[in-house]
Amino acid sequence: MPLSHSAPLHLAVSLDGAGRHPAAWREPGARPAELFTARYWAGLVAEAEAGLLDFVAFEDGLALQSSSPAGHDERTDRVRGRLDAVLTAARVAPLTRRIGLVGAVTATHTEPFHVSKAVATLDHVSRGRAGLQVQVSGLPYEERHFGRRPGPLAEEELYEEAVDHVEVVRRLWDSWEDDAEIRDVATGRFVDRDKLHYIDFEGRHFSVRGPSITPRPPQGQPVVSVRAADSSAYGLIAQSADIGHLVARDTAETRAAATAVRGLRASTGLAERPLHLFGELTVFLDESAAAAAERRGRLDEAAREPYDGDTSVFTGTAGQLADLLQERREAGLSGFLLRPAVIAHDLPAITRALVPELQRRDLFRRQYEADTLRGLLGLGRPANRYAADPLPAA
Amino acid sequence: MTTKPLKQIHLAAHFPGVNNTTVWSDPAAGSHIDFDSFVHFARTAERAKFDFLFLAEGLRLREQGGRIYDLDVVGRPDTFTVLAALAAVTDRLGLTGTINSTFNEPYEVARQFASLDHLSDGRAAWNVVTSWDAFTGENFRRGGFLPREERYSRAKEFLATAHELFDSWDGGDILADAGSGTFLRDARAGAFAHKGPQFDIEGRFNVPRSPQGRPVVFQAGDSDEGREFAASDADAIFGRYGTLDEGRAFYADVKRRLAKYGRGQDELKILPAATFILGDTDAEAREAAHEVRRLQVSGQTAIKYLEHVWNRDLSGYDPDGPLPDIDPETGENTIALGRASVRQFRDPLETARQWRALAEAKNLSIRELVIATTSGQTFVGSAASVAEQIDTLVQADAADGFILVPHVTPGGLDTFADTVVPLLQERGVFRTDYEGTTLRDHLGLATPRAASGRRAEAS
Repeated sequence: MPLSHSAPLHLAVSLDGAGRHPAAWREPGARPAELFTARYWAGLVAEAEAGLLDFVAFEDGLALQSSSPAGHDERTDRVRGRLDAVLTAARVAPLTRRIGLVGAVTATHTEPFHVSKAVATLDHVSRGRAGLQVQVSGLPYEERHFGRRPGPLAEEELYEEAVDHVEVVRRLWDSWEDDAEIRDVATGRFVDRDKLHYIDFEGRHFSVRGPSITPRPPQGQPVVSVRAADSSAYGLIAQSADIGHLVARDTAETRAAATAVRGLRASTGLAERPLHLFGELTVFLDESAAAAAERRGRLDEAAREPYDGDTSVFTGTAGQLADLLQERREAGLSGFLLRPAVIAHDLPAITRALVPELQRRDLFRRQYEADTLRGLLGLGRPANRYAADPLPAA
Repeated sequence: MTTKPLKQIHLAAHFPGVNNTTVWSDPAAGSHIDFDSFVHFARTAERAKFDFLFLAEGLRLREQGGRIYDLDVVGRPDTFTVLAALAAVTDRLGLTGTINSTFNEPYEVARQFASLDHLSDGRAAWNVVTSWDAFTGENFRRGGFLPREERYSRAKEFLATAHELFDSWDGGDILADAGSGTFLRDARAGAFAHKGPQFDIEGRFNVPRSPQGRPVVFQAGDSDEGREFAASDADAIFGRYGTLDEGRAFYADVKRRLAKYGRGQDELKILPAATFILGDTDAEAREAAHEVRRLQVSGQTAIKYLEHVWNRDLSGYDPDGPLPDIDPETGENTIALGRASVRQFRDPLETARQWRALAEAKNLSIRELVIATTSGQTFVGSAASVAEQIDTLVQADAADGFILVPHVTPGGLDTFADTVVPLLQERGVFRTDYEGTTLRDHLGLATPRAASGRRAEAS
């Protein structure tokens, strides 16, 4: 996608428990006893929508959180447990009107048929604001929750399987043409079955016949995002995603990652399909840099270890963060996925301090300009791959 | 003489859709996909103080004669996702969905139901169904691997495994004490291990115990195995019989089975599905019922229905003419795929013989025969008559209540809510307001304790 340097930034938040910092749940206002209630999530998404953010990403996983990749860590001092992300997104959809709702789904252990209709339905209930954040899992103890395979797939295979998974999900979204439902009383036909399509996907890991049971979602293709913890996910971003989240720690790394992903995108023959690359940052935001650093120190002390995170960590003021986002943007990014270190503190700091700062710099919207997530991201509604006479993409 | 106290009736609403009851050609019929339709329907049910709303599921578009069946409503949303969204626009209404135990994994389904129960403050229910057909399996990783005779053993083990997952958190596990820094009371919260013929899994379940402990469990099968499964494992069964004698026989048979599992008579509710037509008078309702039956069974639909029995292409026959004189194709039914109803014709030659005799005796065309032999509406009459019929059946132990199946989306429940419900309330047999907050409260079911405790875990 050609990047105009004056183009506004896209901004989203990733929500998980009480925040990214392990001690976030102990902070004032964190409401740790309410993490498994709808009102907690509804409140957070309302705050994000009041800040005109592009979307909220609901993190998820098919194992209890653990600080160790080897297995359950038996810790009692951290948030454990999560609600299903797509269902949480659906629960808040009727309470919101403009903000995008992106649920994390683990391709490794799920049925693409179920995922496709769930996200299509999220798109129907939100009237075009659904997205899907695809992830893989190679954790042996997570594999044991399913018992489908003797052990996890190798990393390369995990990503190959995820590419197939997204391909099936996407084909199923297109398996109904937009005008397949005809309700023709004269002939008694509810659908024009020539506009329903078998997808006949056959891959190494599964085959799926189709069509979906759910009609094409309002966006046609809901938004697919992929987080790249490292370069192993670049292929999945290149082949399958509308948004790639890069966790690069500085501007040079960001530039290298963006160049690598865009190169892969071009080599897949999808260079024409728009691809957003977002930087991912964990943020501690305060009115002064000293206050932010002090708060981070206090949290680290409570957690009894320094927070390093698995992504860039920003500590400072809204103005400093705006400077950083502008600088990183020059490295080839079109937006940012921010992870509040402490949701109770840093989410309102994003919406009430960072957003106004970016607006002052003409880098962020002053009102929602579209009512679908694709619309907010400047992505057209794609033509249906199966339609005989597709309308040109917007 | 002592009189039995009046039983309280349970009422639920089935969202119309992919079936041969729904009349999509009705000018008032709306979308079966747009969320507005679900909101309208759910709010009507909640305004009428119904126990719950029910969503069916089908995991492959139905086919007949090798093509997608296009005469009924086609398409539906994802069950879990719609129920979660409906939790946002209702406060008390139970949210029941059919979820298949063949094309899912216990860990994922258990966390979806536990999540739905949290997100609805205790209103989730699961209609456990089984399936074994390779046709549906073509949409899934697992494929159509399950032999027919194993479907109930898989369903039972699936449900038992899900219960082990629900019970792996005991409800007091989350302390969330910021001062001491203790989030979990017990480091082993969520630990489980299950080893059986269908599932061999272990680890940590990652959704804390939900308000109802476990979702309410429904069962729909009518076979001997299905009834036994309901008696051992379910909180409610979708009965099939809306008439007094058949209903009482079914009710007595299922309730009789409870004792063997150490369960009380009130621990399993019997809730048959019921269609209805209301009119200002009984005569008006009867006339409307006849008209609706003709809309439900068009000439084309009648031929397609007959093909389920004949198991062959009958498209050359005139629906207004006599029944085919050729015999059904016996053996595996291959004409209609993706629907459960074809399996009810266990002896097609005999069914065909009976139908020919009936058609001859009454001089019925194919379409008239199908209208006569497929089920008509359960309740037909004025609001007063229908209230009387429902109350009579419940008080006579033919049912504990009914799952109403309107034929129009989304307004098909409105008149019932406005006219029949107040009459049942006047009779003192239906709540005038919700007394509790959870679906278990509405159905008078106890909240299960996490009795089994955590299982030893390998890791």
